Amino acid sequence: MVKKKKPNLNVKIGSLELKNPVMVASGTFGYAEEFKSLLDLKKLGAIVTKTITVRPRQGNIAPRTCETPAGMLNSIGLENPGINKFLQKKFSFLKKLGVPVVVSIAAEETPDEFEVLIKQLEPVREVSAIELNISCPNLQKKRLISQDSQATLEAVSAARKLTDKCLIVKLSPNVTSISEIALAAESAGADAVSLINTLGGMSIDVKKRVPKLGAWVGGLSGPAIRPVAVKMIWEAYNKIKIPIIGMGGIMDIDSALEFFIAGATAISVGTANFINPQSSLQIIAELQQYLMSNNMQNLNQLTGKLKACKD
Amino acid sequence: MKAKQIKARIISNQRRNGNYGHLEFESTVIAQQAQPGQFVNIKVNNTWDPLLRRPISIHGVSGSKVKIIYEIIGKGTQILSQRRPGEFLDIIGPLGHGFDCLRPDKSGQHKNIIVAGGMGVAPLVFLAEKLKLSKPLVLIGAATKKQILCLQEFKALGCAIKIATDDGSAGFKGRVTDLLNIVLGQVKPGSLFSCGPQPMLKAVARIACENKIPAQLSLEAHMACGVGACLGCEILTKTGYKSVCKDGPVFGSEELAW
Repeated sequence: MVKKKKPNLNVKIGSLELKNPVMVASGTFGYAEEFKSLLDLKKLGAIVTKTITVRPRQGNIAPRTCETPAGMLNSIGLENPGINKFLQKKFSFLKKLGVPVVVSIAAEETPDEFEVLIKQLEPVREVSAIELNISCPNLQKKRLISQDSQATLEAVSAARKLTDKCLIVKLSPNVTSISEIALAAESAGADAVSLINTLGGMSIDVKKRVPKLGAWVGGLSGPAIRPVAVKMIWEAYNKIKIPIIGMGGIMDIDSALEFFIAGATAISVGTANFINPQSSLQIIAELQQYLMSNNMQNLNQLTGKLKACKD
Repeated sequence: MKAKQIKARIISNQRRNGNYGHLEFESTVIAQQAQPGQFVNIKVNNTWDPLLRRPISIHGVSGSKVKIIYEIIGKGTQILSQRRPGEFLDIIGPLGHGFDCLRPDKSGQHKNIIVAGGMGVAPLVFLAEKLKLSKPLVLIGAATKKQILCLQEFKALGCAIKIATDDGSAGFKGRVTDLLNIVLGQVKPGSLFSCGPQPMLKAVARIACENKIPAQLSLEAHMACGVGACLGCEILTKTGYKSVCKDGPVFGSEELAW
């Protein structure tokens, strides 16, 4: 019997080379140190940090999370120590891991803040990629950058001029046409898009007749949003050529596979980190088995390979 | 402290005092590390409903056994109450920053006072065990006599106990914090240690401040990650927001900005 060759899990996203396509999503993994006793961090494909802003942010009023059917709402509000403290205090642990680090950044008031942030990250060798979070629903904004294709085009173009690093743009599902926004990000020079950020949501305590979240509204994540995410990835995959990093309720191998088949080159595990910190590593192991048992040598044979009919 | 994710075998799971569950599970790694005030984060079943883990404070350890008490209030605790001995639970722990047991005065000159409200007794029995050499005074508050938990466990540790019930069905009629005010007129206090509903903890903090007594308070919060990553259970302190799950659940009363 010929021993089957181990499938190759490597993927390439712009200049970013990953040993496997499983990342942990921004905001669900802190700065990785919080999870160090619970999983072997070195096995992750990449780590996306909690979103960093120019100035420190306190975040929103409590309560900031609430459980919903097969999901959860959060209204954290991008609490973070600001770029300077992040680089001084939080980055030292991350840079020693030997795992690609994607730093997620957001602008609080105006897109100019991206310039300040990117200029500080650009010279840091261990920052493997930058994710522009233009889709956080918890900033009490009337309109997010990623809800407007022109604003997306401008913000991404400006960022593209400032960095040679892999530039990922995280998009919001709270739009009329996801592919329109994804096309804008692509034409502005993004190396990849992350789909999807949380869906806007609200939950009410009927006994007290008050909103369950201190900020009233927040972002929905978890298995509840998975079909929305899969559809948006499939739509975007049919319109854009740059890689898609898929996320939204990935809990296990079966849910991860849906994202690859719909068109994702890589995936991010988010809310599942809270429930089973091992889930990303389990997905990596089972993905290898899946490729092997389906005679696939690499992930190109899986990404976007949705069949039109059952045979 | 090294929290671990384990599959723990349930040793026993009994309902007592009506709506309270007493559960014991087997885990050497948690039992060996656990400190009073710390908690475990439990996945009550293996479906996504309910989605999140349930944080529950550690009630005690003996050998490799870990004990917890929970009140059956929602879907998660309802499911937990139906889990049977021999089954396995997915547990992460021990988590959080517990009580600082070094601070209390062991000379016996100053009395350590434990103030428990309702379910708040759970971590305080574990604490009383650590403090038993200093013979702490335990004040237990509950709505009615039936809801007084762990009385025998405090007695077995040799603690002096005073009770307050809202309806006067046992002990002092009134709030446990009113009882605390009376007690403070009778003994020379050392440290206060408290766990219970937030309005009670706020009252304990106020009393501690007025009487210039150090107090350690164990807070409760809805949590998502339990490890300080999601920043969902933040509480405002005098030095900014802190995570109840990681920086707490035990805080010095002077730290909190409420």
